[in-house]
This record gives sequence, C-alpha cells and structure tokens, in this order.
Amino acid sequence: MSAATKPASTDAAQMMSGAEVVLRALKDQGVEVIFGYPGGAVLPIYDALFQQNAIRHILVRHEQAAVHAAEGYARSTGKVGVVLVTSGPGATNAVTGLVDALMDSIPVVCLTGQVPTHLIGNDAFQEADTTGITRPATKHNYLVKKPGDLARVMHEAFYVAKSGRPGPVVIDLPKDILINKAPYTDAPDTPHRSYRPRTEPDGEQIRKAVRLLKAAKRPIVYAGGGVINSGPEASRLLREFVRMTGFPCTNTLMGLGAYPAGDPLFLGMLGMHGTYEANLAMHGCDVMLNIGARFDDRVTGRLNAFSPGSKKIHADIDPSSINKNVPVDVPIVGDAGRVLAALIEAWKAEEAPQDKHVLTSWWRQIDEWRAKDCLRYRQEGRIIKPQHAVKRLFEITQELKRETFITTEVGQHQMWAAQYFGFHQPNRWMTSGGLGTMGYGLPAAMGVQIAHPDALVIDIAGEASILMNIQEMGTLAQYRLPVKVFILNNEYMGMVRQWQELLHGGRYSESYSAALPDFVKLAESFHAVGMRAEHADDLDRVIREMIAIDKPVIADICVAKDENCFPMIPSGAAHNEMILGPDQEGGVAGVTDEGKVLV
Amino acid sequence: MSEAGNAQRAATIAVLVENEAGVLARVIGLFSGRGYNIDSLTVAPVDDTGRISRITVVTSGTEMVIEQIKAQLDRLVPVHKVSDLTMEGPHLTRELALIKVVGAGDSRVEALRLADAFRARVVDATTESFVFEMTGAADKIDAFCALMRPLGLAEVSRTGAVAIARGPRGLN
Repeated sequence: MSAATKPASTDAAQMMSGAEVVLRALKDQGVEVIFGYPGGAVLPIYDALFQQNAIRHILVRHEQAAVHAAEGYARSTGKVGVVLVTSGPGATNAVTGLVDALMDSIPVVCLTGQVPTHLIGNDAFQEADTTGITRPATKHNYLVKKPGDLARVMHEAFYVAKSGRPGPVVIDLPKDILINKAPYTDAPDTPHRSYRPRTEPDGEQIRKAVRLLKAAKRPIVYAGGGVINSGPEASRLLREFVRMTGFPCTNTLMGLGAYPAGDPLFLGMLGMHGTYEANLAMHGCDVMLNIGARFDDRVTGRLNAFSPGSKKIHADIDPSSINKNVPVDVPIVGDAGRVLAALIEAWKAEEAPQDKHVLTSWWRQIDEWRAKDCLRYRQEGRIIKPQHAVKRLFEITQELKRETFITTEVGQHQMWAAQYFGFHQPNRWMTSGGLGTMGYGLPAAMGVQIAHPDALVIDIAGEASILMNIQEMGTLAQYRLPVKVFILNNEYMGMVRQWQELLHGGRYSESYSAALPDFVKLAESFHAVGMRAEHADDLDRVIREMIAIDKPVIADICVAKDENCFPMIPSGAAHNEMILGPDQEGGVAGVTDEGKVLV
Repeated sequence: MSEAGNAQRAATIAVLVENEAGVLARVIGLFSGRGYNIDSLTVAPVDDTGRISRITVVTSGTEMVIEQIKAQLDRLVPVHKVSDLTMEGPHLTRELALIKVVGAGDSRVEALRLADAFRARVVDATTESFVFEMTGAADKIDAFCALMRPLGLAEVSRTGAVAIARGPRGLN
C-alpha cells in the first residue's frame, strides 16, 4: 500500500489517555448526557469527566437504573442512551437493564470498567467476565485489549447500537487501557466490514403486498415498536397510509403512539389485555399488514388459532423476526418508515380499485365489536377504581395541554395505563414490553425528564414495582427532576394476584404487599412531596396538585384491591376466546392445562 | 402453515465470520440459548490475512427452525455471510478422523487389512497399536469405527464436517 492511499492511522492521530479517547468519542458521537455510577475500574474516566464540561454525568443510585434511565432517554429522544458503570458488580447490576433494552430494541451504549488486562482471568477484585455474561444480553459487545482499537470500537459501538434493529452494546474497558496513551481517530466514513443491515424494502415484495391489500375484504394494520424506532416520520407515514386506505389499525404495547388514540380508525391495543375489537379484527381479518411488530406471544395468543384465515404481510427490519413464530405470506425486510413510504407510493400507483363497499361492511362488523365497550368499568362509591385513576390522569393532562411523557413499571397498572391513557404521538410512552422488568418506570422517567426538562413526566406505578428501584428518588432529588410517581396502590402484586385468582384457585401465595412503607413519608425523606388519595373524591385534587408542584412527587392512590385487568386472553387461548370483565358475559373457561404452563 | 412444516431436515451451514475474540462463543451461545441442535461444528481462519474464519455447522430442525438459525446467524455483527449448503445445490462434505486401534495377532492384521480397504492411512504404529488417519463422509468414518470396535478400537478423534459447494460458485 503506497503512502498516498494509506488511510488515516495512528501516525496521523492525536495521542491522549484512553479515558480521554472515550470522552472525545462520546462527544463526537453527539452524546450530551451519560448515566453512571463510579468505581475503582472506571476512576480514570471519572477523573477525565471532572476536567471537562461537554458531557453531563447523572449519578444514579444503582447500575440497573442507569441503564433504564438511558433507555428512557433514548426512547423519548430517538438518540442513543449512554451508561457508565464499573467492573464486577457494576457490570452485573447493569445486566437486567441490558436485556430489557435488547428485548425492546432500544439503542444503548454501556461502558463497563474492567480490571487491567494483565489481571483478566485471575479472579481479581471486582473482576467479572463481563463480555461473557453480557454476550446474550446485548446486541454486541467488545473487550478493548489494545489502545489502538479503542477509538474504533467506541465509534463502532454507536453504529451497531442504532443501525438496523437497535439494541444495547457493551464496551468493556480494562483500567490500563483507560490510563495508557491511545490514539484518537474520528468515526470512519467507510461502511462496517460485516454489519450492514438492510433498510430499503424490495420493490417486488411491496407490489405483492399492495395487490393483496387492494383486494382485501377484511384488512387490518398491526403496527409495533419498529414504527416508533424508525423515527417520527414513520408514525406520520403510518397515519397517512391508514387514512388513505381507510383500514382499521391496531398498535402493540410497544407501538402505542404510532397511531393516534381516539382516531376513529384506531382499534386500540391488541393482545392479552388488548381491546375486544382489535383482537377480534385480528382473528377475523383476511389480510393482515404487520409493520414493525414481531408476533409476540402476548399478541398472538394460541399460535395454532391465531388469525387462521388471513394472508399475512410482515415488514420488519430484522429478518430473524420474520417466520419466527407465525409463517407469513409476504415477508418484507426493511425499515418501517421506508416500507410505509414504499407502500403509499405503490398503493397510489396500483390501478386496481379498492372495494370501498366491502370495507364498509367490515367496519360495520368492527363497530358491533366496539359496541361491547370492552374497557367499560363502573366507578361507584368511594373506593377508587384503578382504571378510573388512569382515565382521570389522562383527562386532566389533556385538559392542561402539557407535553406529557408516561413511563410504567410492570403489572396490572401497566396494562391499565396502556388501556386508559391515550397517546397521540410517538416517543411519549416508555414501558418494559419484552422483558417485563418491574422497577423500570422510575429510572426510565428520570432519563426522560433529563432529556425533556420542561415536560410533565409521570411514572404510572404499582406499589410493588416501585420498590424495586425506589432508591432513585435520591437521584430525582439531587438533579431536581420533577418526576411524578403515580402509584396505583392495591397492596398486591396485582397481576400475580389476578393469575392466582383466575388460574390457581384464589390461593394468593406470596403476592400480598405486606409491610409497605408510608409512601408520603418516604417521599418526604427523599426531599420530594408525598400525597395520598384515599377516596374517589380526593382523586382529581391529588392529580392536579401533583402536576402543579414543580418537584418530584409520589402520589399514593389507594385503589380497589381486588380489581382485575380485563379484557384478557388467558394464556393458551385464542383471540376469539377472550374474557371480558365481570359485568359482561363469558367466564374463565378458556384456561386449559396447556395454557397454565405458559407464562 | 402446512402440516409438512413439521418435517425435520439436516442442514450444513457455512458461515464466514470476522476472526475476532469471542466470535465462536457468540455462535455457540446462539445455538444453546435458542435451543438449536449442533451435530458438528468446525472453525478455522481461511483467508490469507487471517481476518476471516469459516465456521461449518451441521444442524437439524424443521424448515422454519433452519430458516431461523440462518437469520439469527446472519444478524450477528461479526458475520459476513451465511450459506445453507444443503439447500444451495450439490456440495462436498468431508471429515477427518484419527482412530487408535490396540491389539495383537489376527485382529491386528485384520484391522490393517480393513484400513487398507477403507483407504485409511497408518500415521503411527507400535507393535501393539495403530493410529489410522481417515478422511471422508461422516458415515464412512462411522462404518470404519464400527468395524474396528471388535478389533480393539481404543480412541477416536474427529474434526466434524467441513463442506464446500461443488463447481465454480464461491461463498464470497
């Protein structure tokens, strides 16, 4: 290779400490905030952080929360979230957050400290095989063993985290690599050697899809988190496509906000706790267009009874999601936004007319299902129904016209939030979908509030989940983050209790939240404001006060203890075997022994 | 959708990967983590710079599972190319085995005679043992080992299958 064609290499590069290379790369990648917790192995990075102003560090109280905060930051901004933790326990504590980000396809770069290279493998203090432990917990991971690799790996990690189907990437950084001099090089402008995911859909597959869709008698659009991950333009294109075709549209838990709630063409969320109309439309459709969703078991119910009569079109950026659970007729590999743009163009170009008449009779059928009003509940008396609490929270935030972001923990409250809080825009709804991580909502809300300091950020929580990362109240106080924690307190791990009631003879084994803290005093001890709504007449006042206070708040909403989350497709049942609420017909007969095995 | 979807088949899959630390663990972890079968797996660098390795993995499953395996392999960051040799036309599969047979007298003579018939080479010999080297399809090695068992088969070391497509078509 002649000198003239030689690419920029170490001799052209600036030399600086490894820790400075790390921070310089973060800055050049556009990172403004990182979430972390110091420790011995990462002290060189903390020392370098101290001597600069470009990157803000948010000190969390537990490494799991650092990852969830980075996820909240990433999901509400579309940027990559960044985490910095130490070796050993710092890295192992981060693992739950990493798997959470992997399951929900959230771009995160997590820097972990490591013992110096010459001690790796010696069971040194705070040593863990971080790349070994996080290999199945990440999209990709790196152990930097040579100073010359550091800058390249830093840049590559960001490329991998955000390209294709996004996900978490770990960079394990031995302490000697951070201290010794290393060359800094800019992000390369050449493509990655091996990882080049396809984003542009195949034209012929798009035309096949449009021919099916034009001839559809009972179509449905089923859109998921891939639409959100593609960026706001994809959600705009989804609206355009749905309105252009007049097709009914349903969103997955991860996709809420991709299509505006309240729109007449929107059927609500589908799946285990989805609406009656969305699930029956999925069951009865003849052409299904899945964009950026993955036929998750919470969505499909019993696979051999899933939408038995339909032709299925599946667009996904990850080829391994296609034909994984459900065989499809027209697979399309591509980014959700590009696929939607191509579908709109091809729909306009396709001359075959759409049969509006047959679509009208499909809508008539859907309207009959809608008339069941499956999310109906009765707020009677003084005891607050949890559904009512979420509904009022939604209505009051609507009335106040504040820009609102919602995070949740995991369980009944999460499903009620998904059912009763309407989302009109993408990136406003942060919930742990795939992994179902209790303790997600508070740290995620922290990350959202950092990214959107003036917005109203509410963690809709349960009293059990919130205790899993309650220590982050300290972080809220330190950074004056006015996150609102809205606890639907039924003194039970409600979803566990519900399954025990429906599937295990009402034996409430270990699901009672005994010895709960006084959440008002707990808030106060963390320099926040605590309030409580004990009766229905307190509810609106507490919600309004909570929102009005420019400080972190815990609102302890005492709700009905035995309320169940309906509608519900019991595990092992099909979409058309869903159970409606106690006010409506249908029993729990759908649960089979095979269903009991499933989670 | 079809009932025929439950039929199992074997697949010989060639994977070109970046020769970096942990890449084999990634591939093996994918198989164990997702419950896929590995019947055999081989790996070695194959290009002149040593940057690219070729993994040959023999697996089995339904068509849907094998498609999944290929898609899951292909999305690993250090993977350059995944090729299902079984589906993509005629291909050659070979395996190398070193087979130690210990014995004396008639059985020793018989072992040597059979080795000759199977074109196994003697690569080590003592007055009471042979080590045979044999290259061929897995079933040929199986058959030879079965014949050696009553004649003093003491130890077998096999590489697992390596495979390549017939004809001018290449993987890169």
